[in-house]
Amino acid sequence: MRAQSAPQQLAPAAEFDLDASWRLHPQVSVRPERFGALLYHFGTRRLSFLKSPALLTVVTSLAAEPTARAACVNAGIGPAELPAYRQALATLAASQMICGRTAS
Amino acid sequence: MPDNATELLERPSQECTGPQSAADYADPEPAGTEEVIAADTLVEEISIDGMCGVY
Amino acid sequence: MTVTAAPLVEEFRYGLDAPICLTWELTYACNLSCVHCLSSSGRRDPAELSTAECKRVIDELERMQVFYVNIGGGEPTVRPDFWELVDYATAHHVGVKFSTNGLRITPGVARKLAASDYIDVQISLDGATAEVNDALRGPGSFGLALRAMRNLADAGFAGFKISVVMTRHNIGQLDAFKTIADQFGAQLRITRLRPSGRGADVWDELHPSAGQQRELYDWLVAHGENVLTGDSFFHLAGYGGGLPGLNMCGAGRVVCLIDPVGDVYACPFAIHDAFLAGNVRGGGGFAEVWRSSELFTGLRQPQSGGACTSCSAFDACQGGCMAAKFFTGLPLDGPDPECVRGFGEQALAAVDAAGAPRPSGDHSHRRAPASGARAVGQRREPVPVSIGPRPADGDEAIVAGQSSGIMPDRACDQNPLAGFRLPATAG
Repeated sequence: MRAQSAPQQLAPAAEFDLDASWRLHPQVSVRPERFGALLYHFGTRRLSFLKSPALLTVVTSLAAEPTARAACVNAGIGPAELPAYRQALATLAASQMICGRTAS
Repeated sequence: MPDNATELLERPSQECTGPQSAADYADPEPAGTEEVIAADTLVEEISIDGMCGVY
Repeated sequence: MTVTAAPLVEEFRYGLDAPICLTWELTYACNLSCVHCLSSSGRRDPAELSTAECKRVIDELERMQVFYVNIGGGEPTVRPDFWELVDYATAHHVGVKFSTNGLRITPGVARKLAASDYIDVQISLDGATAEVNDALRGPGSFGLALRAMRNLADAGFAGFKISVVMTRHNIGQLDAFKTIADQFGAQLRITRLRPSGRGADVWDELHPSAGQQRELYDWLVAHGENVLTGDSFFHLAGYGGGLPGLNMCGAGRVVCLIDPVGDVYACPFAIHDAFLAGNVRGGGGFAEVWRSSELFTGLRQPQSGGACTSCSAFDACQGGCMAAKFFTGLPLDGPDPECVRGFGEQALAAVDAAGAPRPSGDHSHRRAPASGARAVGQRREPVPVSIGPRPADGDEAIVAGQSSGIMPDRACDQNPLAGFRLPATAG
């Protein structure tokens, strides 16, 4: 059992609302990297590693898109990949890297 | 049992058995499993404390 | 588009354009003389970075988006500009955690710290009792640390860190350390003793035994959910899997050290010319050293596991800690001295201890012959020092660069004229 990161319960993807409005938490610093990005939350002192550049695009465009689903579509994510991205977004929401916003 | 590091190199096929008094260690996961797990998760998280080489 | 993601560790082994976080030792001056000090601290170096130079480093860290600096030393709070630098860092989007023996954590200071979201504090403690702690850190050091913890807790600073170096004498106190942390609303952090700095002299007698290592690993698995480790026990992954963290050596890849005179080392446990990448005073500053130094470029190449590659535990432990191997005289492409399979112990038996590399530089308080004359294995005792702030006069003169024309040729005692010899007058 080689844990590369802290033991984390995978956030139930089904509970992540793709059709809600989301945004990056204001205390999060985003640093693009060749493999995707590093996110650091100054409040929780947690580091998230985004392991795809497309996921970085999704996350940074959340605030500008009406829904997370729209952000995924605009980042070029097709239906086959969507479950993995939904899981990723669920994880980020569970660790407060992203948070809900009142729908615009 | 090899008695120096060079001997370890010269017998690459020998499984490292370790000292007889050592506890019975669990085997690491077979190669390949890691990649499968990693590919399923686009996000990994650790504490800022989770890097070796800082106070 | 296919969803592919390499294991994170593979990405990090090749390095990043900027560290994720780093250790910054602000001064070699210290009010204590802990026997195992990884930076051999005690006396200020005459060439320490000025306030202005420190701010330029912070500017660079901001540009590089380094998230976090772990400020230490020596005792960083003895620098007169310490609070100024901490405030400058946080104002420039660089988070700060500073490591302290508690010296200047008064109730007023604790209240100020509790009010900041971007400053974290780490109190060093190496025994859950004064008896165990002070044997390593000096008389009164336990009381100093506890007083600081009380002040932080009273000020409402929840979650400050208590950082413990695990030794032969405190492995049995793990539960007690957790109790202390809980009592003060703090978070326990335990780390590995490395044979670095003064630690090289006491490592044989202080490092945990093989049985104690197993005890430590089992304790972390059972009780370590809220216990930090700085990923310093990845060499124990061969017992049955990695503990939380990246489980890899971060030196020169995701972390590094900036020392008080601006030297950049791969890691704070590797203060030696062999791991010196450059100096921030160079033309390209810290960024150029991080990105282009020969040392770091080399560390970011695929590393040979050497003798360890055939071992089934290698995937987990990656051959352990570079610094631990280096300062015990072991080859870097062989087992860690504390290899869980005992290969390190075997390898050590073949090493001439007297020939092991010595740490570069020694800023220890003078109470014994100079380090070159010290016999290998000779143990230093912690120097009893009075508790409380030192007068700042000499410090400020040095820090401001006003040397009055006298450049001490070795590390400074409190008196800036220490070591200066008048002609025909005995030292």
